[in-house]
Amino acid sequence: MKTRAKMIALQAIALKETRRFLRIWVQTVLPPVITTALYFIIFGNLIGPRIGTMEGFDYMEFIIPGLIMMSVITNSYANVVSSFYGSKFQRHIEEMLISPIPNYIILLGFITGGVARGLTVGIAVTAVSLLFNPLNIHSLPVMLSMIVLTAILFSLAGLINGVFANSFDDISIIPTFVLTPLTYLGGIFYSISLLPDFWHSVSLVNPILYMVNAFRYGFLGITDISLGTSYAISIGFIVALYLFSLYLLRTGKGIRT
Amino acid sequence: MTPALSIRDLRKTYKGGFEALKGVSFDVMPGDFFALLGPNGAGKTTLIGIISSLVNRSGGSVSVFGHDLATDLSAAKACIGLVPQEFNFNMFEPVVEVVANQAGYYGIPRHEALLRAEQYLRQLDLWGKRSLMSRNLSGGMKRRLMIARALVHRPRLLILDEPTAGVDIEIRRSMWEFLTGINRAGTTIILTTHYLEEAERLCRNIAIIDRGELIENTSTKQLLNTLHMETFVLDIEAPLEQPPALPDLQIRLVDSTTLEAEICRNDSLNTLFSGLSAQGIRVLSMRNKTNRLEELFMNLVENDGKVQGAA
Repeated sequence: MKTRAKMIALQAIALKETRRFLRIWVQTVLPPVITTALYFIIFGNLIGPRIGTMEGFDYMEFIIPGLIMMSVITNSYANVVSSFYGSKFQRHIEEMLISPIPNYIILLGFITGGVARGLTVGIAVTAVSLLFNPLNIHSLPVMLSMIVLTAILFSLAGLINGVFANSFDDISIIPTFVLTPLTYLGGIFYSISLLPDFWHSVSLVNPILYMVNAFRYGFLGITDISLGTSYAISIGFIVALYLFSLYLLRTGKGIRT
Repeated sequence: MTPALSIRDLRKTYKGGFEALKGVSFDVMPGDFFALLGPNGAGKTTLIGIISSLVNRSGGSVSVFGHDLATDLSAAKACIGLVPQEFNFNMFEPVVEVVANQAGYYGIPRHEALLRAEQYLRQLDLWGKRSLMSRNLSGGMKRRLMIARALVHRPRLLILDEPTAGVDIEIRRSMWEFLTGINRAGTTIILTTHYLEEAERLCRNIAIIDRGELIENTSTKQLLNTLHMETFVLDIEAPLEQPPALPDLQIRLVDSTTLEAEICRNDSLNTLFSGLSAQGIRVLSMRNKTNRLEELFMNLVENDGKVQGAA
């Protein structure tokens, strides 16, 4: 397959994936926006003033980057896991498998869909946050690069979950029991400097912590962890998950017999 | 001439040890309309799965128009269009998108993809349904949608796995006409079907697989020539109490106005008619009791590939 043909194929998958979540925006885009708006109201508006400042910022200001990041993580993951598993379940993944598209193009197509949904929801949540607090931007490049890297990483994770899933239950186990706890413990609502030494060290094992902190740096200019470490960890995970996903597609795990 | 499809010693053993294919070899020549027959579980769908790279093979080789699946997979895939047995398109996508997206996967630009989608949807009488969600199509329409999708990249080899299953006779006949036209235009077609009338009517060559092994691979004409006896059902005007006795012919009375006559393929039907006529029996209509290929097929799969009663 020539490069131009590969690009057309990538565009076809990406468009298909993007149209899919936009067609059902009431299920895919609206709920996370409402949920996050509730977080803003309850934690930011009602409880936040009683908490006071966090790292020198109003509590509302402090949690906004983390909540945006949380919506991007869950939505990029959810998009790919549900789309990939759905295509396995309905067997229309076979449309791609019988075509000459290389596996990495299939992978990039699904990632593009995941990133598109993650960013769409992220932008919508950011817009809602403006109702509660003006937007602070300390470093736009850091903010944008970290949100895109995070969306890519969790799109890849979603695809791996989709490959291994054998039922609709399997696509909700990881988000419920792994992703949500890691997200909540990833420094969205607090600075890890508040934690005792032991829990501080334990938190450093959580990769989401690095992304939330780097993203918050993009908004507020503060972080518990060095930016270099955050980028290294994010890119490292992306490379590892990308190679693993390619291996799974090449061997046909869950999709070829 | 390079075969459209060349299969050598193809083997597939599934996890758990079930051997679905036990060393199958055959060629399909360009332009052929080829039937791949076999009872349920014979290995046909596994074979098609391997050709279309949905199933990993355990051994052997497959090449499509000279492109080996092991070394030149992308070129081989570009030559193949597949209509699978089960519906495998996105049920929540509009009909036109199902076809246009598939074109995109083969590197056809969006504008061209939409033009081709229109062309094939019109040919298959689905253009009026283009904006419907594909789940809302009837069974016959879904089958035709899969054909349109398989053709959109203009494959040189079209593989149809039971394309007319569950389709009414009118749509089936229009699909036969359509496929015959595609074949005449140069597309090689491989067809699996349980409607043996379909294979007899459409296909020039036939391979029969049973329990993972190829038990027959010949032309349809040659295969039918191996039939020794044929059974005809005759509807007669006046009721009879006893079957008429005719020399060298076996005639059975099914009911008072229906006869079944077994006739050697080399014998003339005139013998039968003149004999009945001589006894004052007037025949109103006549038909084959079973499809000839069906008879042969049953013979082959029930007797491990040896035709009983063959000439």
